[in-house]
Parts: sequence; C-alpha cells; structure tokens
Amino acid sequence: MKIYLRLFANARDLAGFGEQAVDLEGNPRAAEVLDYLSRVNPEFNAWRRSIRLAVNRRYVDEGHVLSENDEVAVIPPVSGG
Amino acid sequence: MVALTLNPIDIEAVVAKLITPASGGVNVFIGTTRNHSHGREVTLLEYEAFEPMAIELMGDLERRAHEQWPLHGVVLVHRLGKVSIGEASVVVGVSASHRKEAFEACRYLIDSLKKEVPVWKREHFADGTVEWSGENQKSQIKKQNKSKSEIKN
Repeated sequence: MKIYLRLFANARDLAGFGEQAVDLEGNPRAAEVLDYLSRVNPEFNAWRRSIRLAVNRRYVDEGHVLSENDEVAVIPPVSGG
Repeated sequence: MVALTLNPIDIEAVVAKLITPASGGVNVFIGTTRNHSHGREVTLLEYEAFEPMAIELMGDLERRAHEQWPLHGVVLVHRLGKVSIGEASVVVGVSASHRKEAFEACRYLIDSLKKEVPVWKREHFADGTVEWSGENQKSQIKKQNKSKSEIKN
C-alpha cells in the first residue's frame, strides 16, 4: 500500500529527505512508519517517543490504521512561538 | 483570523483588527526572538512550518476559543523564515467585553499554539553552529538515559 511521507525539521535531517512515497505491506498502522524510519536511520529510535504522526493533517496515535494514498507527516517536537 | 507570514508582523494592524465598538479590552501576546538559549548566544532564528496543517490547527484554536469565551475577535499570526533578534515571531490577540475572558483566552491560545501547531525553530548560534530547538537537549537526555541504564546494568 502506497503512502506519502512528509518530514520536517530534525526528522527531515535524520532521514535525509523531506518527502517520499513508501510502499508498506498489508494493513499498516502508523507505528510502521516509525519502524520504517528506524531502518532508514537508527537514530530515529532515540526520537521515537517524542515524534508525533499526522495523517492527512490530523494528529493520530501509533495504532491508527493507514489507508492507500494517506499523507503521513512526521512531526518532531514543535518549537513555535 | 489566522496567518503565517514571511514578513514582519504588523502589530498595530492586528490590534486595529481586534477592536470593535462592543469591546472593552484587547489582549495581545507578542512572542519575540531572544538572543540566548540554554546559556548560549543566539544571533538569528529561522522558523519553518508544515503550513497547511499549521493553518488548520490555528483555525481550530480560533474556533475553540470562540466556543469557550465570549470573544469579539481572535488573531493568530506566526512568522516564518529568518527572524532577527528582538522581532515578533508570534502574535496572539483577542478582544472581548471584559478583561477576564480576554486574558484567559489569550493564555489558552498561546499555550496551545506552542504545544500543537507544527512550527519549528532553528537557532543560529554565535559560534557558527545551527541547531533545531531542543535538538541538543534531546541528545543530552539520551546521553543521561544511557548513562543511567549503564549504571543499572
């Protein structure tokens, strides 16, 4: 199943890309995006608990079931203001 | 009204937008860029956002504030791109008949914005290094946790 990843700030630096289409098998949950990123760069493991995911611009928890063509944003701790 | 802007925020214009004939007060919080972070000298800040999501969440906050308090107007503006020291990086303002709800709503809005809205700050330090805000503390936390687990083991 194809999803579209968007990465920001520190997460983009760790991954080395800001956008990527990714094929995940079966009925993946949002957590599998974090598993994928940990394979891209093991340093993501240290950030895993502080990263939030947003599907189609809404925050979701790690158990959220993804759908075909979802846009999954990888949101490291926000620091606006 | 919610907005992200690459240009300096016109605070007078924000206040003018908020004042209505029914208003008894306007409360504005102005977040400014400071020249120090965790004891290190900062020379410049840079902000980026996941813009469509940030705008949606800021709109949600505006609606929630209107639901919770009898407000006349709400403005949330965040600056993006390079911001010099001493400039406004965020402006949150509300108007209401009375100051109590204006203060409460303004506090709610800036606290929620800082927690929820996908905006990130990159600090340029005087020594030439550039870091995402919190990046360094995170690696220190990691090191601390590591040394704790080493002690346990």
